[in-house]
Amino acid sequence: MRQIYSILVNNHPGVLSHVAGLFTRRGYNIESIAAGPTEDSEVTRISIVAFGEPHELEQIAKQLRKLYDVRDVQQVPYNRSVTRELLLATILAGPEKRGEVFQLATAFGANVVSISDESVTLEASGNDQKIRTLLKSFERYGIAQVARTGMIALPYTGMPSDWEPLA
Amino acid sequence: MEMTGAQIAIEELKAGGVEIAFGIPGGAIMPFYDDLLKANFKHILTRHEQGAAHMADGYARVSGKVAVVVATSGPGATNLITGLLTAQMDSVPLIAVTGQVATPMIGTDAFQEADIYGCSIPVTKYNWLVKDARQIQGVIREAIRVATTGRPGPVLVDIPKDIQTARTDYNPQAPAKGALPAVRQMPEADAKAIEKLMEALEQAERPVILAGAGIIKAGAAAELARFARHAKIPVINTLLGMGGFPGTDPLFLGMPGMHGTAYANFALCECDLLISLGARFDDRVTGKVSSFCPKAVIAHVDIDDAEIGKRVKTHIPVLGNVREVLHTLNRQVKPTERRAWLDQVEAWKRDYPLQYGWDGSIKPQYVIEQIQEITGGEGIYATGVGQHQMWAAQFLRFNEPRAFISSGGLGTMGYGLPASIGAKFGRPDKEVWLIDGDGSFAMTLVELATASMYNVPIRVAILNNAFLGMVRQWQELFFGKRYSHSHYPTNPDFAKIAEGYGVKGFSVRDVDQVRSVLEQAAEHDGPVVMDFHVNPEENVWPMVPAGAGNDEMQLAPPSPEDA
Repeated sequence: MRQIYSILVNNHPGVLSHVAGLFTRRGYNIESIAAGPTEDSEVTRISIVAFGEPHELEQIAKQLRKLYDVRDVQQVPYNRSVTRELLLATILAGPEKRGEVFQLATAFGANVVSISDESVTLEASGNDQKIRTLLKSFERYGIAQVARTGMIALPYTGMPSDWEPLA
Repeated sequence: MEMTGAQIAIEELKAGGVEIAFGIPGGAIMPFYDDLLKANFKHILTRHEQGAAHMADGYARVSGKVAVVVATSGPGATNLITGLLTAQMDSVPLIAVTGQVATPMIGTDAFQEADIYGCSIPVTKYNWLVKDARQIQGVIREAIRVATTGRPGPVLVDIPKDIQTARTDYNPQAPAKGALPAVRQMPEADAKAIEKLMEALEQAERPVILAGAGIIKAGAAAELARFARHAKIPVINTLLGMGGFPGTDPLFLGMPGMHGTAYANFALCECDLLISLGARFDDRVTGKVSSFCPKAVIAHVDIDDAEIGKRVKTHIPVLGNVREVLHTLNRQVKPTERRAWLDQVEAWKRDYPLQYGWDGSIKPQYVIEQIQEITGGEGIYATGVGQHQMWAAQFLRFNEPRAFISSGGLGTMGYGLPASIGAKFGRPDKEVWLIDGDGSFAMTLVELATASMYNVPIRVAILNNAFLGMVRQWQELFFGKRYSHSHYPTNPDFAKIAEGYGVKGFSVRDVDQVRSVLEQAAEHDGPVVMDFHVNPEENVWPMVPAGAGNDEMQLAPPSPEDA
């Protein structure tokens, strides 16, 4: 099972070590981690995607809440949250393939950010299904390099409790 | 007024009620030591930083107060790691203050530089690297608070040398600035959860209490005794919970698990309600989790939410301070008879007592029984880690909390000697006995120099089998008697070593001398080391093999007389 943790922490050096160290020390499986500023300059939001058995995912939340610098832990159910990830990918495509690549990129709402004689570099954002589908679609051209930010998430707001979003 | 960073740290430690420091000076902590002397702060000079940490740990366990450990940068600081983790695993408060190379040098691989901030993250409750003297006041205040509140634990404050000497304004009355937001306060225990526990107790026919160190830390021993006696519930104490319930009470069942009493393990296997109070279901307690308390509803009272449900599925979780929860329970609980269950427990105690055989050699259990007799259970008892530790937990009877100090979670060999020295500083009114093994003792015996220098009258009984006894026992039972590197055939003469440190030493090879040597030691004005050459083949029984369930416990093999 996968779980997204949206964690608000005190913004000071060392806090990421404390959070990341917890995962290594207790043997929790981490898929991605992303950290960045929030609306409050003293607070950083860390988004972590972890997977494990349900009781283990509950333990992770409890252990995170024990950390001194952690102000809040939201366990964001995958289907009740907005999740986004930013992708940069360099696709191997010379001048003769560029048209196809551009077309495909448009279909995914991806932007072209750099072009060389051998390649096209794309930028795309979306939930991880979209990012994975996109990468799969470009596989046949050859993908030279990929950089992903890891997922960030916020729970949907203002929705009825029985509402089942699609993405 | 203007003060140096080090002076502010010391003033704040004093203001926070810290009365004693253990440590060793070195380059990067010298300004702090200079101000320590000027402030006339009580300091015990040790021989190794690990010893200093265990001393502060022993001091805290027996007194409930917090001490400070001081070490220099680099190796001084890294030598603390074992001591910090020992305290962390057993939820013991202590404050480590370490020197660090000057801030411009940090990160340059300077002489005696270690990233102790990074190193100590996994072994402390929290830690700080102070890079501005103006933050010291807030950090030290917060360090004391974090160490001593909620579930206690060790903290570390790393102070670079230039921050120790930097001068800044200090106002002792000022609300601390620069302190990080408060640790969340413990919520009051959920009344509904307590109600559910009461209902379960009313329906239960065979309830058992498993009382851990939380009872001692929360000061809940009196409430526990009232609850257990009123509701007629037998009490099992974990290793670290020993003393939380009187060892002489008829309801007392001793220790559970791997080397627990047979009757404690039978009770766990047969109970229909387990009330765990401030215990964390350590693997040495539960054995194989799937066969732990198979017939029971499990209620778990703990101050740490993360312990609830961590290893054992809990039916009734109660988050809160165990003293407050017991207080509430005591207002509601009705007197009960529970004759059938108590008769059953009594029968187990009668039929499966702790025992050992006689063959003319010095049996380690016998030495412990004699210590018990001489002290009447009124002393403080420390141990190292291994067979002797298990025998001490089995054969001593503690009358009150904070009387037994032992490294439970981490199982730190070498804990005993420094911890017992610290314990004597924490409770100078008490006789402090150390029951140690030759393996454990040898790991930190250099602290005999500290006991000698400050004339700390600890009574050290080494149960010397010239083996790493617990390793030897496992090798005998599970590794085909292949004693791979667990034997010390040329053990030193510990009595002579003691004499070399200026400590009274006895070497005992004759069982008839045991009692008289113990009596002489008890009367001696100063530290004593008694080297008892015990039977090297003695094993700890009963035993639940590692990974097996408590229902697979093996009782002692028949003694020679029975055979």
